[in-house]
Amino acid sequence: MATEAPKSGAMSKDLIVYVCLLVLAAIQFLIAYQSITPTQMFTRMIVVAVIEASLALLFFMHLADNRGLLWFVVIFNGFVLFAMQYSWTDSFRISNGVPWAK
Amino acid sequence: MSTTTRGDITMPTPTPAPSSLMEKPAFSVPAKKMAMWLFIIADTATFAGCLVAYGFLRNATPNWPRPFHSITNLAVMTFILLTSSLTMLNGVKAARAGNKAGALRWTLITAALGIAFALLHIREWMALIDEGMTLLKNPWGTGLFGASFYSITGLHLTHVTGGVIALIVVGLRYKGGRYNADDLEVLGLYWHFVDLVWMFVVPFVYLLNLAH
Repeated sequence: MATEAPKSGAMSKDLIVYVCLLVLAAIQFLIAYQSITPTQMFTRMIVVAVIEASLALLFFMHLADNRGLLWFVVIFNGFVLFAMQYSWTDSFRISNGVPWAK
Repeated sequence: MSTTTRGDITMPTPTPAPSSLMEKPAFSVPAKKMAMWLFIIADTATFAGCLVAYGFLRNATPNWPRPFHSITNLAVMTFILLTSSLTMLNGVKAARAGNKAGALRWTLITAALGIAFALLHIREWMALIDEGMTLLKNPWGTGLFGASFYSITGLHLTHVTGGVIALIVVGLRYKGGRYNADDLEVLGLYWHFVDLVWMFVVPFVYLLNLAH
């Protein structure tokens, strides 16, 4: 495998991404102390977590430099994560009871 | 034409195919790196499965406990893990520049941060166990909480522990000349993934269960 020379300015870009990740992590902690419903809290936290993960994937794991691999990872993972969502309705059914039982 | 003899059989030595005839690697990514990406995709499914199962249980259980009072330990752990990603990047950059001593130093710093994270994690577990939280029961509500909490954080801690061992082994072997900068980069991908998973574990397993 061929090695590449480090790009100039890459260090400063990494530092910027690192600071952004710290700020986003801090935002998650702040959201946890807001007086909002659990659903709102969950939604806000997942949005922040997805932004954090995207930054890490694109810049720390260098997916931004390889469009083909980026789409492969996004589509593959997206499909798997989407397919896992089928159980939510059942979890609400357990907590709220089936509508026809009321 | 050169020949090779094996036992009684003499056969022509195969000549390497010209590079123009070789199949190009998928996505122009070296095989080792591609293998790590496939592992990461599979591991994402593992963690996602655990988190979805956790969400299912939390959503469907009325008396779900909210046992966490302080975020100090969690904040320090998060800071350490995020910083370890930066030090890992520095290690890979040093390796790319041919700076073996620098690469080993940054890799060992990353490993040290991983150890610090693991120790803080174990300390947190010990505190919860002292409060009576086990895999099957806890004093605050459903016993499912302990099972799901220890399973998810334990799986992540296992990844961190494996990563620390790999960092030390690969770092030392890179310094010794057995591995190259690409091997360190492949390991870096794994370490960033461990960091990435933590970004989802923190809000769902800890922050949504803060006692207000």
